[in-house]
Amino acid sequence: MRHAFWLVVTFDAELAEIALRSLRVTLTALVIACLIALPLAAMLAVRRFRWRRATIALLNALMGLPPVVVGLIVYIFLSRSGPFGALGLLFTPTAMIVAQVIIIVPLIASIAHQSLRELWAEYHDLLISMNVTQVQKMRTLIWDARRALLTAALAGFGRGIGEVGAIMIVGGNIDNATRVLTTAIALETGKGEFALALALGFVLIALALGVNLAIHWIGQTERDSRW
Amino acid sequence: MKKTLILTFLAVFAAGIAQAADQMRMAVTTSFHNSGLADVLLPEITKDLDLEVQLLVVGTGQAIKLGEAGDVDAILVHSRTAEDAFVDGGYGTHRREIMYNDFVFIGPADDPAAIAEAETAADALQKIWSASAAFVSRGDDSGTHKKELSLWVDAGLDADTFDAWYNAVGAGMGAALNTASGLNAYVLSDRASWLNFGNKGDLALLFAGDPVLFNQYAYLPVNPARHDHVKTDLTAKLEEWLTSERAQSLIDGYMIDGETLFVFNAK
Repeated sequence: MRHAFWLVVTFDAELAEIALRSLRVTLTALVIACLIALPLAAMLAVRRFRWRRATIALLNALMGLPPVVVGLIVYIFLSRSGPFGALGLLFTPTAMIVAQVIIIVPLIASIAHQSLRELWAEYHDLLISMNVTQVQKMRTLIWDARRALLTAALAGFGRGIGEVGAIMIVGGNIDNATRVLTTAIALETGKGEFALALALGFVLIALALGVNLAIHWIGQTERDSRW
Repeated sequence: MKKTLILTFLAVFAAGIAQAADQMRMAVTTSFHNSGLADVLLPEITKDLDLEVQLLVVGTGQAIKLGEAGDVDAILVHSRTAEDAFVDGGYGTHRREIMYNDFVFIGPADDPAAIAEAETAADALQKIWSASAAFVSRGDDSGTHKKELSLWVDAGLDADTFDAWYNAVGAGMGAALNTASGLNAYVLSDRASWLNFGNKGDLALLFAGDPVLFNQYAYLPVNPARHDHVKTDLTAKLEEWLTSERAQSLIDGYMIDGETLFVFNAK
């Protein structure tokens, strides 16, 4: 335990690089996932179409998607002998981002839809009477629910940064290329180097906390009289 | 302040994209990597050849699959029959022997099955079997796993019929050693991974030296006729380096606690 703390204190360059790579992969995945999930959630709240209920149920079910299976499927698609093999994306950070996007989109969309639906019940009559377009309705909802949506995004971030099964398969845990905190922890545990693995774990927790605090601060969630 | 924070985020994205001139991917066995030899060789390769070798650390079975699918440029593995099938199937151009070490039996220091007195590896396994002492198997189709299964056959036993004392963990060498350490069980390991393992607990090296435990590592470049994106010039450069005197001195000179781990035998 003491050894683990010492390793964190003497934060070396390699550790920093791994931590930065973790952040880069998950934050990129998060931005892409939000660009897909938030409009999707708003559309599900505002529009009434035939497969709406089925889509919502599907999204809710996919929240529990096992990352290992996502990893395997992405792997098969990106492998040189798979349909997208020519792109040469397997074992690159891009492949890891793709896998994480697939994992976190249903989570963000489901949570976001929940809060947008409540807001929509409030806004429904007003927006209908103003006779605005669907896109304007969706935009209004997303903007006014931004704090709740932040929570959805943070849930997605949490799931992404702590994920190991999928990115181990599609990233391959290559030193200096696709090794991130979670896969490094798995590797060091495999070597029986528990102190180092634990130190990496501390960094991972600190990172997750840091990003959460930073995003809350930017969003000024706790400022003014608004909560 | 808010701006600084956003800039920090941007910096995170921009940071760290500096690499060597050439890159290639090689799938290696967990035993090669867990032994620590990779950490010795790779920096020297980068220095000498300006070549960054990206390692995929997997079992021999998966390494061969990666080579067959063309997802790596070369493989470094240790299972003769699987390697020959790989070359015969046209997936690899040829097979080049690089170095060897040996397999050893690890088990609880008090040795309840008394395998330390065994004459041969098969004899040691029979002792474990008759004592029904806890045994951890890799169970991941790796070179070590294939070796273990062939030793059970030599001992005249069928691993499929074993009871609860036989634990197939389906994991890498290090993870299997961790499990053995936790269960205080017997396990077959390559010597290098064992010496480099950090969580030995009550385990000790109990049996070694039977010639059947000899463990040859070979280098197989993936066939460009099958996958035209394979970096043949780089795999050839790496092969030349791995069989050079420079590699010989590094491999033979790699020691842990005064013990030599690998013996270079490339021709």
